Amino acid sequence: MKAITANRLTDGRVIYRTAEGQWSTDLTEAERLEGETAEDRLVQAEAEFGIAVGPYLIDIEADRPGGQKWRRESIRLAGPTTGSTHELA
Amino acid sequence: MYKYDAYDHALVRERIDEFRDQVERRLDGRLTEDQFKPLRLMNGVYLQLHAYMLRVAIPYGTVNAPQLRTLAHIARKYDKGYGHFTTRTNIQYNWPALVDIPDILEDLAKVEMHAIQTSGNCIRNVTADPFAGAAADEIEDSRPWAEIIRQWSTFHPEFTFLPRKFKIAVNGATSDRAGIQVHDIGLQIVKNAAGETGFEVWVGGGQGRTPRLGQKIRDFLQPEDLLSYLTAILRVYNQHGRRDNLYKARIKILVEALGAEEFGRQTEEEWAEIREGELKLPAEEIARIRAFFGAPSVSDPQPVSTSGKPGFTGWLRRNRRDHKVAGLSSVVISLKPVGGTPGDITDDQLDIVADIAERLGFDEARATPDQNLVLPHVRNEDLETVWDRLVEAGLATANAGLATDIVSCPGLDYCNLANARSIPIAQAISNLVDSEGLAEPVGDVTIKIDGCINACGHHHVAHIGVLGVDKRGEEFYQITLGGAFGTDASIGGIVGKGLAGDDVPGAVVRVLKTYLDIRDENERFIDTLRRVGPDAFKESIYAAA
Repeated sequence: MKAITANRLTDGRVIYRTAEGQWSTDLTEAERLEGETAEDRLVQAEAEFGIAVGPYLIDIEADRPGGQKWRRESIRLAGPTTGSTHELA
Repeated sequence: MYKYDAYDHALVRERIDEFRDQVERRLDGRLTEDQFKPLRLMNGVYLQLHAYMLRVAIPYGTVNAPQLRTLAHIARKYDKGYGHFTTRTNIQYNWPALVDIPDILEDLAKVEMHAIQTSGNCIRNVTADPFAGAAADEIEDSRPWAEIIRQWSTFHPEFTFLPRKFKIAVNGATSDRAGIQVHDIGLQIVKNAAGETGFEVWVGGGQGRTPRLGQKIRDFLQPEDLLSYLTAILRVYNQHGRRDNLYKARIKILVEALGAEEFGRQTEEEWAEIREGELKLPAEEIARIRAFFGAPSVSDPQPVSTSGKPGFTGWLRRNRRDHKVAGLSSVVISLKPVGGTPGDITDDQLDIVADIAERLGFDEARATPDQNLVLPHVRNEDLETVWDRLVEAGLATANAGLATDIVSCPGLDYCNLANARSIPIAQAISNLVDSEGLAEPVGDVTIKIDGCINACGHHHVAHIGVLGVDKRGEEFYQITLGGAFGTDASIGGIVGKGLAGDDVPGAVVRVLKTYLDIRDENERFIDTLRRVGPDAFKESIYAAA
């Protein structure tokens, strides 16, 4: 299973493409895609200007980022794993 | 400190207006991302994993109180309440919105700061010894020369589209704290037999996937010839540097291919054509720039003293440095609290450092290649007050140069290029070293961590380096030993197969314990390592892995 992700143009935040062709920051709202449909939807997303930057397909397993890029996509979804000095101070 | 003239103000002003227009055109669809990307990069704007990242230039690492307050304001208003100091003495903001960046640049311009040439294949922010103008071992202040190079290189039309990015460092002390051998050009201020001051010129150093130490191509360059000689080097590189392969485009590859002697010969040949031209620096212009960088004077110098407060003596021992002016000291403000994120600083902490610098530090602070800050000029009688204020701010960690003073790139927690996380590894090492009580017994050692081979965290030149790699979705970490930044620079060697992240802190701690077991009296970690070789530590790294 796959989904389409990108960064939001205005602020760079991580977004996912919904079945309605909208964009959401919530992965659970992302359209689940397979096979040629996934490629077709990506072509559509790439042709849309104004909201998303650099759309691409990610693997989804058990409603979470999967595949070899699972860690990168999990960090994009949930934020840095480290906290910051801001939180320590 | 240098003050903008009308030309500087106009130049930055025009760039902001231009970028504001470019952002508007991107947002309303008149520019595609492919068109916009090179424009935003020229203004220090990257798109990272979670957000845009803005890299703000801090020329040769020098900032004053109004600038620090503006950096705090940006962190507070436009980011998540913190900024991140980098190994190139810049500051990065991890969360700004694109729509806000023109306003951020406006705020920066009010205090004579910008983000120009913090990205792209141009001459980047010039770096210098963070103790320049203060260090007891200084030959000459490197800041005026760094400023002259900054002015010459800003928007230089011939060198805006080089084969790759280009980094210049200037060091003016007997100890190299600028890392001249790991820069594209390194300039070491020296005195010749006649007692004249000039430059040794080193070229072809760099880290990344092909780490190389720079090689000396000139023993002595007269100061007035600085810009013509730099131009000659850049012209040889610009003409012959490889543009066909991103990974072979840095000057280090060209210097290696030609040989330093031939590269130097071509540079001299080019230089002969231009050295008597308009680039010769007039003595009055050198004097004008130097006048911005006077050293503080102290009328009634006092010795360093302590009232015996717990912690203050230890902080003095680790974080104070001798100053060339009697009655003054320099101090390191560690941005490495145990378990913290290396280089991070909060908005409130930036404001406090601004206050301390303004009231007790001759209105000056420095960013360092170790991701710390320095107050270069503090009266000895004010040291305890400075420490008190830093304690209140959570900035008085007495670990400068110790095993908890770890350098780390942002890694996979932020960076689009990273393959593995680096900050959590730094935090775990810091916590374990601290819990084992090893930092003080071990003493001087450098530990630097990278999340990819681009090596922004300088792992190649760490006594103990850690490089994160991705193997089919899992993070592994290679350990390198024997690197050194600055004086006696060296590139570390990989000791063996990669470790899982959880095994790295234990391996590093075992290396440190091995050192304690085998060192000679008063021998630093790097000296022991060079004496016995890395194999003596290899078994300890893999002992429990």
